[in-house]
Amino acid sequence: MNKQAEYVLRTVEERGIRFIRLWFTDVQGFLKSVSISPAELEVAFEEGMTFDGSAIDGYARVQEADMLARPDPSTFQILPWRPDEQVARMFCDISSPDGAPFEGDPRGVLKRNLEAAAELGFTFYVAPELEYFYFADSGPKPKVLDRGGYFDLTPLDSAQEYRRKTINALELMGIPVEHSHHEVAPSQHEIIVRYTDALTMADNIMTFRLTVKEVALESGIYATFMPKPLEAHDGSGMHLHLSLFEGDRNAFAEPGSSNGLSQVGQQFVAGLLTHAAEITAITNQWVNSYKRLVSGFDAPIWISWARNNQSALVRVPLAKRGKASSVRVEYRSPDAAANPYLALSVVLAAGLAGIKNAYELPPEVVDNVHELTPAERQAAGIARLPETMAEALEVMERSELVAEALGEHVFSWFLRNKRKEWDRYQHHVSRFELDTYLPVL
Amino acid sequence: MEMAVFPSDHSDELGSMLRAVGATILPMTEISPELPGEAGALIVELGEEPLRRLRHLETLAAESAVPVLVVITPDQLPLLDTAVGVTDFVLIPLTRAELRLRLRRLTRAAGTDEIHHFKDLELNLLTYQATLSGRPLDLTYMEYELLRFFIERQGRVWTREQLLSKVWGYEYYGGARTVDVHVRRLRAKLGEERASWITTVRSVGYRFG
Repeated sequence: MNKQAEYVLRTVEERGIRFIRLWFTDVQGFLKSVSISPAELEVAFEEGMTFDGSAIDGYARVQEADMLARPDPSTFQILPWRPDEQVARMFCDISSPDGAPFEGDPRGVLKRNLEAAAELGFTFYVAPELEYFYFADSGPKPKVLDRGGYFDLTPLDSAQEYRRKTINALELMGIPVEHSHHEVAPSQHEIIVRYTDALTMADNIMTFRLTVKEVALESGIYATFMPKPLEAHDGSGMHLHLSLFEGDRNAFAEPGSSNGLSQVGQQFVAGLLTHAAEITAITNQWVNSYKRLVSGFDAPIWISWARNNQSALVRVPLAKRGKASSVRVEYRSPDAAANPYLALSVVLAAGLAGIKNAYELPPEVVDNVHELTPAERQAAGIARLPETMAEALEVMERSELVAEALGEHVFSWFLRNKRKEWDRYQHHVSRFELDTYLPVL
Repeated sequence: MEMAVFPSDHSDELGSMLRAVGATILPMTEISPELPGEAGALIVELGEEPLRRLRHLETLAAESAVPVLVVITPDQLPLLDTAVGVTDFVLIPLTRAELRLRLRRLTRAAGTDEIHHFKDLELNLLTYQATLSGRPLDLTYMEYELLRFFIERQGRVWTREQLLSKVWGYEYYGGARTVDVHVRRLRAKLGEERASWITTVRSVGYRFG
């Protein structure tokens, strides 16, 4: 048994931990948990815990329902929001009973993509900006808690207290927060998490979503990462700040270059732009995601890049004090309801494709893209992100890059599952239709 | 408790005595690049080549804050007059009681014994547990190892590369940025008032305490 596992066993004993939750995610990014007692922990480390994979969305394969969850001891963490009962969690890797990694496991998918980056000599770092809403309850009609706006402080920002509690809990779990504020929409909040390596960050995003929801629940309110809950206001996004490091050197940085980016950085951005439409079904995976990707609400819809232009899909923020280590690119379309493992996988794959194939970076867009005429946009070669889930799925289905990044199992299951979701939505007669058509037709 | 022992072909008598007092031996040779981070003390047996051993000890001691115990025969004692880096000595023939006592005094004075204190932080090396003012502090294994390294070597500035090789102990793929990430996490867990225990020394590295 390795030292990490030994450390976990010892801590469980010393701290009187009653339950250990083994966490993993299904293909759509829902957190799954199996609780085991301390007595079972040693066996879990050595052999993994057997569970019925056919009951998990996206895992189902009738011929081999039995799967193993193998806890990763480096992710052991005592959960801080229930101080009265000592509960800890570990993230798991999923394998088949013969020990081979299961290709439907999103964490495994990300690991595979990170290995591809490592083969090129890169480590992938990510810092997300996570937006969400607090509502009074989880009922079908969202009830906002305040009428606050961007950066507002009390008394409008009544949810400040919940946000503070959330940040405390996150920091106790080793998820350092850079800053937080009230967002543009009423009852909308943003927490920016400090960068870390992509695998840890995907784990952190899963933990983050649960923590935000747990703290809200404890306070008798409801928190949601639904991309666009309020028609008249901004939706919730998950801007991703991305960088590649070669050892200790930021591979994106080149002091003195015209846009602050090295050739590798420029090619990475070119990769993101080239494949943006193909990966959108993964970074924006719900019917509702596309209600956020419309003009007029600070969400990017035009495939373009800029240094300082909030309408661009990819932004290259000015590095603070010209620090090479903080040079990064910001990918702005993903929403916080994506599966973080899969979203980071396809974003990385798109960027790496740009590097491997030496894509040329198109010119920067300095105008507000929303205000350009269609002819101007066409002349500048600026295309739109998919407008609906159906369109996104169509582009994704033709994408070699996404099929390769996700692996055949996840790729085909995802398409099947999301087509069904779209079909259900197509059958739905909406309030818009009833309000608009019923009185006049 | 883990003890670095030099040379690796030390006498059987010393080996069995150390095991008898509950020490785990981390053997060191002249080409071992540096002391293992987990060593609570360095034990050097002068043996047949006392001057050569003392010279090597001097280079090891310069790199580390770990206390050094020299195992020596009475007629070798004059050599210690000018020796650098020796914390204490023990005479051959060894007795178990004396060795145990000397090691305990040595490690306690150097802060390399089983319980470390820094202000209201307590780190128990036997149970792997850390507490702040008596409240448990939940650390991952690497956070624990980093904190332990810091607390055992207070006040000194460590570069990211040194921390990486001494705490992670191998050519860790993520590079020195891994260190920054873990220092951040550790600071977050220590909380706002204590985060400054670990100071960033610009363009050098980190210092604890």
